[in-house]
Amino acid sequence: MFPKPIEKSSEAVQTTYKIFLPIALFIWLLPLLAIFMTSVRGAGDINTGNMFGWPTSFQMLENYTAVFTESEAATYFLNSIKITVPTVILSIAMACLAGYALAIYRFKASLWLFFIFIAGNFVPFQILMVPVRQLSVDTGLYNTVTGLVLFHAAFQTGFCTLFMRNFIKALPFELIESARIEGVGEFKIFWYLVLPLVRPAIAALAVLIFTFIWNDYFWATVLTNGESSKPITAAMKALNGQFVSRWHLVSAASLLAAVPPVLMFFLMQKHFIAGLTLGATKG
Amino acid sequence: MATAALPETETTTRKAAPGGQPKSWYQKNRLQIAPWLFLAPAMLFFTVYVIAPIFQSMWISFYAWDGLGEAEWVGLGNYSELLDDDRFYTSLWNNLLWLVLYLLAVPAGLFIALFLNQTVTGMRLYKSLFFFPFVISQVVVGLIFSWFYNPNFGIVGKVWEFFGAVPPSILGDENFVTYGIIFAGLWPQIAYCMILYLTGLNNVSPDQVEAGRLDGAKGWKMLRYVILPQLWPATFLAIVVTVIGALRSFDMIAIMTQGGPYGSSNVLSYFMFEQALSEYGFRMGYGSAIAVVLFLIMLVFISYFLWNMYQDEKDGH
Repeated sequence: MFPKPIEKSSEAVQTTYKIFLPIALFIWLLPLLAIFMTSVRGAGDINTGNMFGWPTSFQMLENYTAVFTESEAATYFLNSIKITVPTVILSIAMACLAGYALAIYRFKASLWLFFIFIAGNFVPFQILMVPVRQLSVDTGLYNTVTGLVLFHAAFQTGFCTLFMRNFIKALPFELIESARIEGVGEFKIFWYLVLPLVRPAIAALAVLIFTFIWNDYFWATVLTNGESSKPITAAMKALNGQFVSRWHLVSAASLLAAVPPVLMFFLMQKHFIAGLTLGATKG
Repeated sequence: MATAALPETETTTRKAAPGGQPKSWYQKNRLQIAPWLFLAPAMLFFTVYVIAPIFQSMWISFYAWDGLGEAEWVGLGNYSELLDDDRFYTSLWNNLLWLVLYLLAVPAGLFIALFLNQTVTGMRLYKSLFFFPFVISQVVVGLIFSWFYNPNFGIVGKVWEFFGAVPPSILGDENFVTYGIIFAGLWPQIAYCMILYLTGLNNVSPDQVEAGRLDGAKGWKMLRYVILPQLWPATFLAIVVTVIGALRSFDMIAIMTQGGPYGSSNVLSYFMFEQALSEYGFRMGYGSAIAVVLFLIMLVFISYFLWNMYQDEKDGH
């Protein structure tokens, strides 16, 4: 283990470390703490400029309720869910199929296709923007939840396929070989043999894609213009304008928007990290 | 897995199949056809929404088009206009700043990971909390920081006032604005690099560390000659995601400054959006030309990353 385990150091070093650790965390998360403190203040504090002192009144419940009663926040949240959940399902389903094909079968185009999926995943959004927007307008999908879902699912398939292919490739190939000798059909092998084995990969991708899509701002701005299908991240800017200078409400809304991905992360931490490190971790 | 395994399997399958029954064309060729059936949905989606648009954008970049009326062929007109556009050079320069300064997230992430790689009680929770900024959307991070930077009531202003100085308006000053945004962007990116390194440190072989210790290596030398080489996969991934993240930076700029003041914090990604889709007019062709330039810059990095991965694949990864 590196650096040297702290238990092997002197008592003084250990104590210093244990004292310094929470201080470092406090500084690191200071922006978040500040925004939380603001979100529980009353309007009076904001007007008198008491932003960083102790709040004169705690109005946590009032502020967080006001976000919903004074704006369309509830609609935005619902939109976010309507966009995120189908995207996760669709992109992972396609990636399971494609990843299986690229990992199990030996054919010339295999590596090429794999690299195209990876490369596509890295391109700047801007080079897709004009044609994708035009396609959505032409097909009547502009400003709809479906339009966003279809695009996100297509784009995320690149990353998901990369992940799935590597995961399936690491499975013991003999399993598939022996199933083939038994005369089991290709799709049945995929469905009954491989799919149950890739469940950890599916979990990792699910939390990761959920977070990516939930936090998307660019496409939500490009592919929507009304209130009806805007997700919460894209609406943050509108809310910011709507709650002019009412920073306590802006910060409450910001924190609310961050809750779902944060929850996802805490509940499925191991899978989340496995996804981020492209499965380099063994749990 | 051995390459030779497949044809062999196929012959065995044929032999094992109940004799006498005529096999359909699919059954005979299923190992050739099946992969394409599995790939079909992903390939269709990916082609329509990712591959084709890249070429369409390149095509549009040769036109003057407002997105509604007739497109007019202008050849390389958009590109030559770009070369005379000061805003283009400002954006390009800012992209370079982003790229260089954003990469500070890699050593910073390593530093925090080394600091946290201990086993005192509650360490798991500490690590999760340190990772927190990455999980939050960049929109929220942007909002938090623009409010921090506010000279009237932001925390930065308070610090300046404490020292008796007049607080600068970081986001309103052409000389500071890009640095201010990059600093905010570093916060989640450092968290990302940290988690990559924490995972990497977990997989460092204890035997080699022990061997290094016996050889008298410690501290910096141990890190440089024993640990860092083993952390290369983590470093590589950290560099990849940081470079891509730097060139993709858009959300923060849109939230914090919208490229201002006077376009001084623009980067290519935002400049493109501004030209193609905002109140400044719908110049789809010009915007696409900017996007193509950004794409070509990214292509350099993408090719390098793919080449690296290809080497790994060849070595029978």
